[in-house]
Amino acid sequence: MTAPAGSLLAAQGLRKAYGPTLALDGAEFSIHPGEVVAVMGPSGSGKSTLLHCLAGIVTPDEGSITYAGQELATLSDARRSALRRSEFGFVFQFGQLVPELTCVENVALPLRLNGVSRKEAERAAVAWMERLEVDDLRRKRPGEVSGGQGQRVAVARALVTGPRVVFADEPTGALDSLNGERVMELLTDAARSGGTAVVLVTHEARVAAYSDREIVVRDGRSRDMERAV
Amino acid sequence: MYSRVMSIGHTLLGLLESGPRHGYDLKRAFDEKFGHDRPLHYGQVYSTMSRLLKNGLVEVDGIEAGDGPERKRYAITEAGVTDVERWLGTPEKPEPYLQSTLYTKVVLALLTHRDAADILDTQRAEHLRSMRILTDRKRKGDLADQLICDHALFHLEADLRWLELTAARLDKLRQAVVSA
Repeated sequence: MTAPAGSLLAAQGLRKAYGPTLALDGAEFSIHPGEVVAVMGPSGSGKSTLLHCLAGIVTPDEGSITYAGQELATLSDARRSALRRSEFGFVFQFGQLVPELTCVENVALPLRLNGVSRKEAERAAVAWMERLEVDDLRRKRPGEVSGGQGQRVAVARALVTGPRVVFADEPTGALDSLNGERVMELLTDAARSGGTAVVLVTHEARVAAYSDREIVVRDGRSRDMERAV
Repeated sequence: MYSRVMSIGHTLLGLLESGPRHGYDLKRAFDEKFGHDRPLHYGQVYSTMSRLLKNGLVEVDGIEAGDGPERKRYAITEAGVTDVERWLGTPEKPEPYLQSTLYTKVVLALLTHRDAADILDTQRAEHLRSMRILTDRKRKGDLADQLICDHALFHLEADLRWLELTAARLDKLRQAVVSA
């Protein structure tokens, strides 16, 4: 099987078991540059495992994942790690900012890990913080900001390297409606304008409504609703 | 609101898929499964059956003569089965208070051994399509637009929560429906 034409990231026939539990059972996925795809499904359906496989964090037992035409399984661990640092961005439910660093240092961190100088990394970080409307927090530590502000800092961190794919796992799960919507607006606007693809795992319909289309995962199998209807 | 008249016809047709029945049996089966708060009147059953008969969706399978009026036994036709299939497969227009129509579709799908999860998936996609349009309008609109869209979005979201809960309980519902 081959990836759908023009897709940036695609998976076919993914199977993954944790002991006797089958988390993925033939799941499929594809996303184009600049597209926002929601991955929906009940708890335990396999949606987070699908995201982790797509991001190269978890290796599937069977199936193929291609990113920009390359088979992920053929890449060395070092190359996969480099890919995650420079071409992928991540947003999690609880920000997962480093508490000892200031907000601007948190946003600059992926660039610093890629060898960019502190001055240049922080300059880029501030530009993204302005865009996410949190530049006034640059000297504060994560413990001193609200959940909504922290999540915007986390989005800025995910976008600072100019990734081609952002993986967002329940990015608004810990936020109230207003903050959740603002985070989604800023994330999807920034991603679409930069041609970044967003894989958005969510169980909330109002969050999924910011996507271009949705994939439903149930019992480890996926269903592309756009192609199904 | 959904058209109860339309869905009564399809529901009666769906009930006929398991075998021919008299009008009285159909009313009883409908009331047991779907008519808890609004049982059907006999007149509704007979007017619906004559419409279905006229449209070729059912046929008379036999007539029993008795002391009272003649009792017709109805059977679903191939065209009737196709009509039920089409109705079940067509998502409802997303709007508030859909639950009774969706509930009927899900129960009928289970009764007729169709894929009820498929119906819920199709409906979710239809709801999300509407929610995307509203979300887009909200992003581009002023505060009044945002509030109006939010109201509609919260109602659609409530439908979807019901839908997800139903999807999670399909196995239990199948057991309850089949054993009833």
